Amino acid sequence: MSKEDNAVWRFFASVKLALFVLFILAATSIIGTLIPQGNPPDFYVQQFGPSLTRLFFLLDLHRMYSSWWFLGLLMLFSMNLIICTIDRLPHVWHMVVADNLATPVERLEKMEQRAHFAGNNTTPTAAADIIHGVLLANGWKAKQAERPEGTLLFAQKRAWSRLGVYVVHLSILVIFAGAIVGSLFGFKAGVLIPEGHSVSEVYEFGTDRPIPLGFDLRCDRFDIQFYANGMPKKYRSELTVNDQRQGKTFTRPIEVNDPLSYRGITFYQSSYEPTNEFLVQIESPANGKKQLFRIPAGQQISWPGTNISFGVINMMAGERGGENRFKIWFSDGKGEPTVFWMPDAVSTPIPRPDQEYLFSLKQIYATGLQVAKDPGVWVVYIGCGLMLTGLFVAFFLSHQRIWVSIRQEGNGVHTLLCGTSNKNKIGFERNFAQLREAIEKHPSFTDTEAAS
Amino acid sequence: MTSSQLLGYTTFAYLACAILYIGLFVFRAPRLGPLATVVTAAAWLLNTAGIGLRWQESYQLGIGYAPLSNMYESLVFFSWAIAIFYLVLEWKYKNRTLGAFAMPFAFLSMAYASLSSQFGKEIKPLVPALQSNWLIAHVITCFVGYAAFAVACGFGIMYLLRARSENKGGGKAGSLMATLPTLKMIDDLTHKTIIFGFLWLSAGIITGAVWANSAWGTYWSWDPKETWSLITWFMYAATLHARFTRGWAGKRIAWLAIIGFVAVIFTYYGVNFLLSGLHSYGRG
Repeated sequence: MSKEDNAVWRFFASVKLALFVLFILAATSIIGTLIPQGNPPDFYVQQFGPSLTRLFFLLDLHRMYSSWWFLGLLMLFSMNLIICTIDRLPHVWHMVVADNLATPVERLEKMEQRAHFAGNNTTPTAAADIIHGVLLANGWKAKQAERPEGTLLFAQKRAWSRLGVYVVHLSILVIFAGAIVGSLFGFKAGVLIPEGHSVSEVYEFGTDRPIPLGFDLRCDRFDIQFYANGMPKKYRSELTVNDQRQGKTFTRPIEVNDPLSYRGITFYQSSYEPTNEFLVQIESPANGKKQLFRIPAGQQISWPGTNISFGVINMMAGERGGENRFKIWFSDGKGEPTVFWMPDAVSTPIPRPDQEYLFSLKQIYATGLQVAKDPGVWVVYIGCGLMLTGLFVAFFLSHQRIWVSIRQEGNGVHTLLCGTSNKNKIGFERNFAQLREAIEKHPSFTDTEAAS
Repeated sequence: MTSSQLLGYTTFAYLACAILYIGLFVFRAPRLGPLATVVTAAAWLLNTAGIGLRWQESYQLGIGYAPLSNMYESLVFFSWAIAIFYLVLEWKYKNRTLGAFAMPFAFLSMAYASLSSQFGKEIKPLVPALQSNWLIAHVITCFVGYAAFAVACGFGIMYLLRARSENKGGGKAGSLMATLPTLKMIDDLTHKTIIFGFLWLSAGIITGAVWANSAWGTYWSWDPKETWSLITWFMYAATLHARFTRGWAGKRIAWLAIIGFVAVIFTYYGVNFLLSGLHSYGRG
């Protein structure tokens, strides 16, 4: 059975199907914007009641963009694109490479744009030379053939632009291919690393399955900077990769919009959490002694070999996400203990009966990283590039063709100038008129229509 | 002079443009034409100056960002894009009746930006996720596309008005609707405008995806904003296919231009205020 008669083939190659699929994709996509996606069952029961929730789970409406039926629609969309392209491309390719010097005269006489000229006191050969020159002066480089009925000249611009629309169709398939590569060979995961700690695995989103990295990743420090109005300005983590297999260690800071990539895995700054631990430094300027402690909140800590003991006894979250403040209890065994509030990461003097101490404290944070491996992302980007190029070509470039048929008629020469464009008819009309005028102006020709 | 003052004047200037163009169409006063064009060009320059000044002010506040990052600033840019898109069309097609159907959108967007109390207008620093050059590329591409779709919607309305009057036996020489471009020309203009918008919408979705990937490691997460932009894309893609391959034209395309713009408005406005998702910056 030939392609043309095969009902299945015709179905998949039809534009009606394309219109239908585009419409259904648009309409069904709305569902997932109204029903929040990816929440646990309880959430839906609470929001929508048990019977709707059952329906949602039956049709996978709580994760509809990866449901069997939505992926099925995308599959149908792809099949339509592929078969439609296979169906039409040979014909279009033929138009691109066609031997336009073989176009029958009858067709030339029916072109959208036509002009007839009478050439006086000239021969077909001389006329052809003149027309060649006129065409060239207007940006058309013509080929020539001698045919039984006379001389035929042909010139065209941007024949390849006919392929633009297929580049767009291909680009969608390339993007899908990239997405499939990403979902088969990549992962999306997350991990929380307290400052000073290392991890060697991350946890996949949705399943919490641990994924080994193949190297160690340490968070050396995490910083938040705030604007004067308390809004967060910058989240920054200093990360150290330690790859023993490759014998490689390096440190690099990351920020939102500036991730770290190593061996195909990319780490994005995504969140943070204060831990209940603090770095405390106490300095006694009187005797030059200094000591660093890493302590939990709410515990009394002693500095061995001295009478000093201290603790973080309370904390207060900053307004609008701004900086936290901490309540410190401090005693050096002489007189009443000192209790005071202080901000994060600032050195505060503590006056005591005998001497002054310098107390500084920094809350330890854990940085929240989004971890992604997506070997398909470059395929997707290539697809995006193809799409924009293809759209531009398909919309704004047209295949314009010009024929000039010259034949002996009595003592003179009859010349037919004709042409067609697959798009931008108005622009082509202008180009054609320009050409017509240029030929008309030449002393060897008169426009027979204009004359009559 | 502050940028808010300049942009406030811009609102009134666009109101004047809209009134002039509607006036020269309804009262058939082509004498007003050059004045309408001059006022529009001046309003657009005022709009440009307002955006430029706001940009400079953000640097003076020590924040320094392109003013394209929240609902207010995007509406201002939307007006800007509609006005320049319209001016180019007017210059190219030498037709001023188009203005009556395009410039009201520039005014409405600016008026909504100035008068609404749903969102703040002050210059606020950018949260870390918005500190990216992709933000600029994303907002510009999207809003040039949206501006084209707004104008296409205006042309769709224009088509339906003229078609209705012709059906009623009007549209003859001398009637008001006969001063509109021919149905064939409006149809062609609507189609070309949709094509232009579609290219920019595609670029807008792509730059958004690249940005999302550099910020979160996912170029597409089916968040409501992304999904609605894709729905809009599907609708215009279907419109273009219906025309290219099934020869749809006239009223059908005019209606699709209007329905498509409703989807654009929902993508832009509805998602921010009616649905929740990652894209909540637009609310601020």
